[in-house]
Amino acid sequence: MPDIFYVLLRRMRAPLIVLILMYAVSVLGFTLIPGQDAEGQPWHMSFFHALYVVSYTASTIGFGEIPYAFTEAQRLWMVFVIHLTVIGWLYSIGSLLTVLQDPAFRRLRTEYAFQRSVKRLRTPFYLVCGYGDTGGILVKALADEGIKSVVIDRDENRINELELNDYIRRPLGLLADAAKPAVLEMAGITHNYCVGIIALTDSDQTNQMVALSAYLLNPDLRVLARVESAEAGANIRSFGKNEVIDPFETFAGRLAMAIHSPGMYTLFTWMTGVPHEVLREPLFPEPGVWILSGYGRFGKALCRHLQQAGIQMQVIETDPVRTNAPPGTIAGSGVEASTLLDAGLKRAVGIIAGTDNDANNLSILMTARELKPDIFMVARQNQRDNGIIFDKANFNLIMKRGDVVAHKIFALLRTPLISHFLEAVKARDDDWANLLVSRILGVTTDEVPYLWEIKINKTRTPALYKGCLAHGVTLRDLLRDPRKREAQLPVIPLLLKRQEQVMVLPDADTGLAVSDRLLMCASYPTSHDMQWATQNENVLHYLLTGQETSGGDVWRRLLRYC
Amino acid sequence: MNSEKVIFGFFILLALTLNFGFFIGDIDNIAHHNVYELFAALVVSLIATVLKFGDRTHLGAIFLATSLVADLQLLMAALIWGYAAHISPAGMDTEATVAVVSFSGGALLANIVSVILLVAETMTVRR
Repeated sequence: MPDIFYVLLRRMRAPLIVLILMYAVSVLGFTLIPGQDAEGQPWHMSFFHALYVVSYTASTIGFGEIPYAFTEAQRLWMVFVIHLTVIGWLYSIGSLLTVLQDPAFRRLRTEYAFQRSVKRLRTPFYLVCGYGDTGGILVKALADEGIKSVVIDRDENRINELELNDYIRRPLGLLADAAKPAVLEMAGITHNYCVGIIALTDSDQTNQMVALSAYLLNPDLRVLARVESAEAGANIRSFGKNEVIDPFETFAGRLAMAIHSPGMYTLFTWMTGVPHEVLREPLFPEPGVWILSGYGRFGKALCRHLQQAGIQMQVIETDPVRTNAPPGTIAGSGVEASTLLDAGLKRAVGIIAGTDNDANNLSILMTARELKPDIFMVARQNQRDNGIIFDKANFNLIMKRGDVVAHKIFALLRTPLISHFLEAVKARDDDWANLLVSRILGVTTDEVPYLWEIKINKTRTPALYKGCLAHGVTLRDLLRDPRKREAQLPVIPLLLKRQEQVMVLPDADTGLAVSDRLLMCASYPTSHDMQWATQNENVLHYLLTGQETSGGDVWRRLLRYC
Repeated sequence: MNSEKVIFGFFILLALTLNFGFFIGDIDNIAHHNVYELFAALVVSLIATVLKFGDRTHLGAIFLATSLVADLQLLMAALIWGYAAHISPAGMDTEATVAVVSFSGGALLANIVSVILLVAETMTVRR
């Protein structure tokens, strides 16, 4: 029996005993007090009658004096019984309500309900610790993709927010501290269907604890942790096969890429996009000097990335000494026109407002626009709630930290092939990326391209598996349109992974082999057309030979003899 | 001395003694079996059950189980008595008397088990 039941029973002991005693005394009294029957003969109420009278009296129904009119002695006892039972019931029901309303008991109840729903999960799910900006975007993306998640957060408002959101696959939320292993266990860290744990809390300490608990409680579990300091990152990497994400590094790296190789940036953004996100046009900032306002952790990482790419930087920082800013840094917040002009705004091609204060970032860019309307403006948006004004301000590029980190994690979770692909294309140049971007534009609608993995095996793609074993299938066959085989589906095969070998943009004549893994890119509806051919033997047969077959086993055997 | 233990032991033992008092006598002679004693046995047994609520130990679970058995048996005895005396045309005949007394005998067994458990628990606590 669950804990909650024991607690309820223990708290209800006194009221229940009061009820039993109250009924016992009342019934006993009626059986002992002598009455009279209709003829005036002395008569004693039996236990049966007494229980009947007390039952309708205690429940305030009051049928009257049954079976014979009461004597004065019985009426006196009745007065006592009426008051006793009413008070007894009030007390019992009052106690029950008090127990149910008790905050500790309610917490126990929600925890129990949570635990039970986690136990009942029969689909793969992710355990997300921390439901802030990043966690929120990630959980939404997972829900849209049809993946369940279990969320733990210490902030009551965030858990309430989670419950108010109408997701298709409603995530389960628990108000608790993820640093406690017992909480993780309750949230299903050892559950058979738990496929991964994502530690996104603000504190490195908590994230380390989560990674450690995962390693000890369920060593096979995939762990992704958000870490701000390098030591914590090294620590988490040192045990298990954990993946670590530094939000500043990831964010700065992506922003730097947007500036030095816009094509590659567009490709990365699309590859890591959340399904059904609206496609944004690629941007092409001009080469030249850039102004960066804010030299904190983010500013430093950004500077390093841009300098590696050979881009000239002019830094503006309020406190150049404490932040150890590079020589030539202009002191000031950047919100005043004079500081911006000192930093050489007139010569610069772009300005990045990269402080950790959204109001400052907005005002820096507004001032810069006044001074030089055609400057390329990049805003760092820290708070998700400020999205409305940032969108309204119409900057060239808005970098949302939560989005960047969440999208990166989401891409890692969806299929490992995306990260293989991104790793492989890093070596290519921007022109190559531009070419691929324009090819992708040709196959998608106004949404971010849909990426999916085709793994040639018996369970997921039975038709393709048999086809590969029997007579060989080339990539070109797979790309044919199942409605009209002469036409090609608008799909781009991005990557083919065969054992340890990785082929970027594999050739259409490549033969497919069992246990190959393919990363495909197309619009969402097209992905269904292709999945059809991988699962349905008849469709695949048509693609390969152009002959229509009907599926029955008998028919197939008959054809063989003809 | 623990007052909770006193009350607990008192009710368990009282349930047994009342039950025994009702059970003793000729099985087919209703004059040997007092209706008030059955009533008292039932009420005390119910209270003993409630007192056993909320104990999460293994012994606590067995305590609760024996008590529930005793309640059920006594309740059946009371129902049969009520049926025979008020509803059945035959009235409180030998058949009904035997049924009532034998049911209370069953409850007696359950109560004995309860007391044995209580004694066993007491023996293990050497304080």
